[in-house]
Amino acid sequence: MYSFYSLQIQVGKGLPTAEEAFNFFTLNFDPDPPDVIETSSRRRQKQRKTTDEDEEHEDSEEAPLVQTQEDLFVIDQSPQDFLEIRKAEYVGYQKLLQLQSELLFTPSFRTVPTSIKLPENMKPRYLEDEGLYVGERPPVSLTNENILENRILKMEEGKKWFGDDGRIIALPNPIKESSTRPPLFHMEEALDPALQTVYRKSKYANLYIAGAADPEGDYQLDVDVSGLIFSHHPLFSREHILGARLAQMYDQYLTRQRNNLTGHLTDKLNGLRNALRNMLESHSGLNPTQALQQRISEYNLEVRNTRHLRDSEQEKDRTLLKNIVKVWKEIKALREFQKFTNTPYKLYLRRENVDRVSDEQDYEDEILAEVVELEAETEEEYQNKLAEYKKRLEEWKLCRKKQAQDDTEGEDEEQDVSESEGPTDEPPPKPEPPERPDLGSIEQWVREKALRIRRKPGEAILIPELSASANITASELCPRAEKARREDVARRSLFTKILYNDKEVSRTDSRSLNTDFRVHFGQIFNLKIVNCPQSISLQVFEEIGSSCSLLAQVFLPVPEPSVVTGSVPLEEFEFSSNQRVMFDHEGVGSDVPLSFEADGSNKQSLLTSGKVSCCVSWGIGDDDVPLAPPISQQPGGGHLDAVSYIGASGLYDMKKIGEWAKQSRLDPNDPKNASIMQLLKVASSGEVTAPEYFRLEHLQEEFNFVTDEELEKSGRFRLLKLRNQEVAEFRNYKFIPALEREVTDTVFQEYEKRLKEGEVIDTKEHLDSHRALVAKYLQKIRESVINRFLLAKHHYLLSDLVTEEEIPTIGEGSGINLFKLAEPKRPLKPQRKERKKVTAQNLSDGDIKLLVNIIRAYDIPVRRLQSKPFVEVSFQRTVLQTATADGPNPCWNEELQLPFSAPNGDYSTASLQSVKDEVFINIFDEVVHETNDKNRGKSIQTHIEKRWLGSVKIPFSTIYSQSKIDGTFKVNTPAVLLGYSKEKSHFTNSGFDILRSLSEGTFITLFITVDPQLVPGESVREKVSLNGDLKKPLFDTQEDERLLQASERFERDAAQRYPDRPCITTVIDLSGKTVFITRYIRPLSPPKELLDEFPNNPLEATPLVARFVSLIPSLPDQVSFSATCDLWSTCDQFLTLLAGDEEEHAVLLCNYFLSLGKKAWLIIGTAIPEGPTAYVLTLEQNLYLIWNPSSGQFYGQYDTFCPLQAVGCLVNADNVWFNIQQYTSPMRVSFDITKANLWKPFFSRTFSHPGLSSVQPEELVYRRTDRAAAAELQDRIERILKEKIMEWRPRQPTRWNRYCTTTLKQFLPKLELIRGQDVAEGHRHELQSLLGDYRISGFPLNLVFSEIRPIIEAVYSTGIHSVQASNVEFALAVYVHPYPNNVMSVWIYLASLVLT
Amino acid sequence: MAASNPSVFLLTVNGHIEGANFPEYDNLYCKYCFVYGHDWAPTTGLEEGITQIASKSSQASHRLIWNFPLATTFKSTNPSGWPQLVVSVYGPDVFGNDVVRGYGATHIPFTPGQHTKTIPMFVPEPTWRLQKFTGWLTGRRPEYTDPKVVAQGEGREVTRVHSQGFVSVSFLIMTKDMKKMDYETGPSGPANKPSATSG
Repeated sequence: MYSFYSLQIQVGKGLPTAEEAFNFFTLNFDPDPPDVIETSSRRRQKQRKTTDEDEEHEDSEEAPLVQTQEDLFVIDQSPQDFLEIRKAEYVGYQKLLQLQSELLFTPSFRTVPTSIKLPENMKPRYLEDEGLYVGERPPVSLTNENILENRILKMEEGKKWFGDDGRIIALPNPIKESSTRPPLFHMEEALDPALQTVYRKSKYANLYIAGAADPEGDYQLDVDVSGLIFSHHPLFSREHILGARLAQMYDQYLTRQRNNLTGHLTDKLNGLRNALRNMLESHSGLNPTQALQQRISEYNLEVRNTRHLRDSEQEKDRTLLKNIVKVWKEIKALREFQKFTNTPYKLYLRRENVDRVSDEQDYEDEILAEVVELEAETEEEYQNKLAEYKKRLEEWKLCRKKQAQDDTEGEDEEQDVSESEGPTDEPPPKPEPPERPDLGSIEQWVREKALRIRRKPGEAILIPELSASANITASELCPRAEKARREDVARRSLFTKILYNDKEVSRTDSRSLNTDFRVHFGQIFNLKIVNCPQSISLQVFEEIGSSCSLLAQVFLPVPEPSVVTGSVPLEEFEFSSNQRVMFDHEGVGSDVPLSFEADGSNKQSLLTSGKVSCCVSWGIGDDDVPLAPPISQQPGGGHLDAVSYIGASGLYDMKKIGEWAKQSRLDPNDPKNASIMQLLKVASSGEVTAPEYFRLEHLQEEFNFVTDEELEKSGRFRLLKLRNQEVAEFRNYKFIPALEREVTDTVFQEYEKRLKEGEVIDTKEHLDSHRALVAKYLQKIRESVINRFLLAKHHYLLSDLVTEEEIPTIGEGSGINLFKLAEPKRPLKPQRKERKKVTAQNLSDGDIKLLVNIIRAYDIPVRRLQSKPFVEVSFQRTVLQTATADGPNPCWNEELQLPFSAPNGDYSTASLQSVKDEVFINIFDEVVHETNDKNRGKSIQTHIEKRWLGSVKIPFSTIYSQSKIDGTFKVNTPAVLLGYSKEKSHFTNSGFDILRSLSEGTFITLFITVDPQLVPGESVREKVSLNGDLKKPLFDTQEDERLLQASERFERDAAQRYPDRPCITTVIDLSGKTVFITRYIRPLSPPKELLDEFPNNPLEATPLVARFVSLIPSLPDQVSFSATCDLWSTCDQFLTLLAGDEEEHAVLLCNYFLSLGKKAWLIIGTAIPEGPTAYVLTLEQNLYLIWNPSSGQFYGQYDTFCPLQAVGCLVNADNVWFNIQQYTSPMRVSFDITKANLWKPFFSRTFSHPGLSSVQPEELVYRRTDRAAAAELQDRIERILKEKIMEWRPRQPTRWNRYCTTTLKQFLPKLELIRGQDVAEGHRHELQSLLGDYRISGFPLNLVFSEIRPIIEAVYSTGIHSVQASNVEFALAVYVHPYPNNVMSVWIYLASLVLT
Repeated sequence: MAASNPSVFLLTVNGHIEGANFPEYDNLYCKYCFVYGHDWAPTTGLEEGITQIASKSSQASHRLIWNFPLATTFKSTNPSGWPQLVVSVYGPDVFGNDVVRGYGATHIPFTPGQHTKTIPMFVPEPTWRLQKFTGWLTGRRPEYTDPKVVAQGEGREVTRVHSQGFVSVSFLIMTKDMKKMDYETGPSGPANKPSATSG
């Protein structure tokens, strides 16, 4: 209690008084009785009032605190005086921050400028840029790096952490990129067998010596560490250095003495000389033979070489001796100077006296012999030189003479000579005769030399003897510095560690360093080994007190298995260390320059070095079996330790190092190996010279598996190459033979023929040279275009590879899609579903069928009584026909399936696009003749004859590109059908009749499609516009960028809003450039001849002009350019080529109409059967007329049978209008282009017409019609057709009715004149009357002339040749009507006549 | 064709489409076809086929087993266009629509002997995330226009795929006359251990 209170007081008061303190320590704190009472009473109180509150308690305790104090200590100060009440110390937050900022350092996040990190005035140096290897740095986030840099820079010497490039020095990233564990594909237990872990001994196991695992095969290496000697040690005194040098030289002397090379060479020399002398003596009288001379000269050479060797050896001996003496003298001088001796070396020079006379004699003899020899040599040399001189002199003279001759000859020749030989034929300088050697000087030279390298004659032979018998001065007598050195030496001790495969296996005892710096260990370590020895090394450690330091490491070679203990001598291995040691005593230190000269010159610094004498050998077992492994296999191909491979002594042998580097496959790019690689390179540079040229693909030749010539020659390789280039003939060539001999030349014949054709124009096939030229030109264009598109073909779009559902547009919403899910499976009103499209490549022959649905026909010409028309469809020479129907408006409703086969079985898109075959739909009338065969009596023979009424032909390319063709087509009916007439309507009131009166001609309703549906080739253009960046490389343009962008936008908008309406604003011209479409429209005048026919009213010429245009042959671009791509040629190009598709026809027609003063537009729309096409619209007397440019037909706007189905846009020279009306059908379209709500103009107020000039020429130049050529052509066609018809009738004879033919021939020009429009009823009567007895059926065909082949096809398709009646005769008339510019209209009148 | 002087060599492919490992899907079937160059022609055997629908066993192993045999012999004159096996795996999604679960291809091994290949499978990714959703909803995921696309390298750069599952195929390969036509296909016979998985 008391203590508690007193403590309280102390705390309150601060320092206690002395008394208090004394009391505190000395008093026995006996409790005060009253206090005890008080407390006990209080306790009682407490017991009594257990319910009292704590406060009361505290109060009662508080009170005595002060009271007791007053009671206990008599101090006149109140406790309050000792208490000081202060506010708690509080520092404001801001201030705190301030204080903190003074104390704390927060590194900034900012990047440190490089200039701060580098020493001043230094630019950062990027080693990587200099081509040096820089490892990848470990990834550190930039922020962290910045913080780190800022922090480092704050430190002292912060800059030393930064490399030359201003970044923190970092080791290369140690983390391997590839994971060491292979990915596990299978998660379950059934692991793939290939991934099953297979136990294999670890790689390291290879290092074990075979058989080491079993206990018998233990191998033992004995390492004998005998001792070491320092050749230099930091504690060497100067005397020691000299002593070591002396000892070394003495060693050398002894070695030399032992080898006695000088003596050996001298003996050899003498022997040689004797032999030579004998040889000369024995043959002295005789003429030396060739062989002898050879031998003598050989001997001479040998003598000379030996003498040289002996001389140099003698010189070395002498120098060594001299040096020994010199060093000894130095030692003596040093000992004298320092007045103490440190080393025990003592050199005695033993004199061996010689017989002076004989010695002198020998000496003189020797000199004499040498002089003689030298003289002979010099003489020989002189003679050689002389001979050389003479030879050259001769040459020189000859040269002079020749020149003199040249001078006398004519000037021309002289010039020639001087020109041709001038520079080379400089008169050679007159050779100098060699000087005669001074023989006298030879002897003198020999004597001088002898004096230098040999003992003087008669002089005693000096034999140095080094002994360690000198007394070393005792330490007490030495100066202080030397004493310190000796003490230092005494403190040191050495031991060596033995490292086997870089692991310490044992170490020697520590031995103190002797004053003579030799340490003797004399320990043999037996190493039982299991691992293949890779390296054995000794580490020499020096111990001073308790600290030890590594002095040097010595590598020991791994002994051969034959090297066993006891049979090997100790070897000495040198070691050295480059530590720098300095002392303040006599010790010279290491790597410290020191000089022995008085003036301090000739400084040298010595490094600690020495020799370890030791040996490594294989131990011997109990029964004298060497404990060495069998001739060990090379341990793996792994990393070989250089030292163990070569051995320490071989490290200076470049060859060995090179060999090692090769074997261990050093990575030349590893910076660790850089020094070795450099060394090897330098070492080998003497032998290998780098090529002075630089070749880009110097390995190319090695990759060629045959030579280029072979590659050219081989048919097989050629075939492979051509196929790879996708040359048309070989594109899908299957099975290129494996062997050369199986490649026949016939394979190439077609190809070569085509190549040749390119140059030679085949007039035969084209009938017309001009057309042949055109064909060739087209071919060229086609090739260039194809090349252009080959590139585009290999660009794939996502949609080419992946089919993906389109995202429903937001407007339709995905709600509808969801609704679809709930749709009934078989709705009451089913909607047409798109057929699944089939990609072309996985098709084969027979997979594709052409479905032709023939529904009905209207207004077929009828025979007088009745007609039974049927339809025959021929495609690819497959002919199918419907059943016959009745009447002029028959209904067949029949589906015909025709097989389709692609050319060469290639169903690729490109191949299908180039299919040129056409579907012929011919309407025939079946006529049954009943003939009573008179011979047979009652039997009636029925002949069924079919008569051609008309045809529709649809190119396959159209079907392919449109995937289906559905509509009513105008049948191409002949102008005159003999025996047929159009049925005049009897019911004039019927509505149908009104329509029919508007449209003349026969119509047929068809539906054609391909089954399965093929994916039509995407046009290149489309593709180009889809990936816009492709546009530029493919099609360059001269149009303004802004215009192109606007047109792209226009087309895109149009395609988005009305995807089924074609919209074209830019087209590609023949040179592959993008051209704005309006540039094609320009008034161009038609040929004058056409206008001249109607001089009064030029408008009358309109149909004629249209006919002229329609007579220009059509050639769909798709067919000619295989890839779907529209190329627009200008009118002059069109007229020159005489081929083009609907667009060209339309442009030309439009331009003609414009020049005739009509209001004309180009309609870009879709029509049947062409699909997207171009028509021409004219406005005549408030009536819009639609012209089909390829047929020359025109239709009124409200014509039901107008083939134009949809109007996309209108084009004229000024603008393009896009149809934004509700409907596209021309009948429902208003052609008033001024209404902006119906037609959206391309050029508007916001984007005005920039004044585009036309690409069309100002005027078209027409060639005159060539009537003679036309007549010739006419004859040729007639001849060919007649031949063909006879050919098609191989069984029956074909008779030609000449009379009829001439009649028909006269009739044809008339038809041309009236353009086959009016069916001349009179003509039939005329014919009938002429050929009264014949039942005649026939018709004229009007064709556009392009080639002969289509004409033949057309004739064939009429089936006129198939008349079987025996008495049938034929009539064939051909008329070719020439129009300007070689446009031809061909009329063929075919008729069959049967005599009744 | 004289045996000593062959003009074609034959490659016989036997084996099994053993099964697949699609941890997330069940009830899958697999279509396979061979893709080969111009100088190749199958002489016997089916060139393409379709396996039964397999569902996972209820046991711990979630492997789908088809064990669908392959037996086709090709003849060829030129190793260029070496046949590849293209497999595509299909199966119903949540709504029962048949959707593609993976495409994959591997070359027929060159060396005679037994080989086991694990073909990692992948499917094309929808272009948009929205499309992913609608595709999931309607069961019309993006598919290759032709599964053979995965055997060709051209044009693949335009697609994005993600990988799912593996199909393991074992092959037993025999060749005839390859050596005679100077084509070396490396070690053959018993020395040839089952190779590691294909990449």
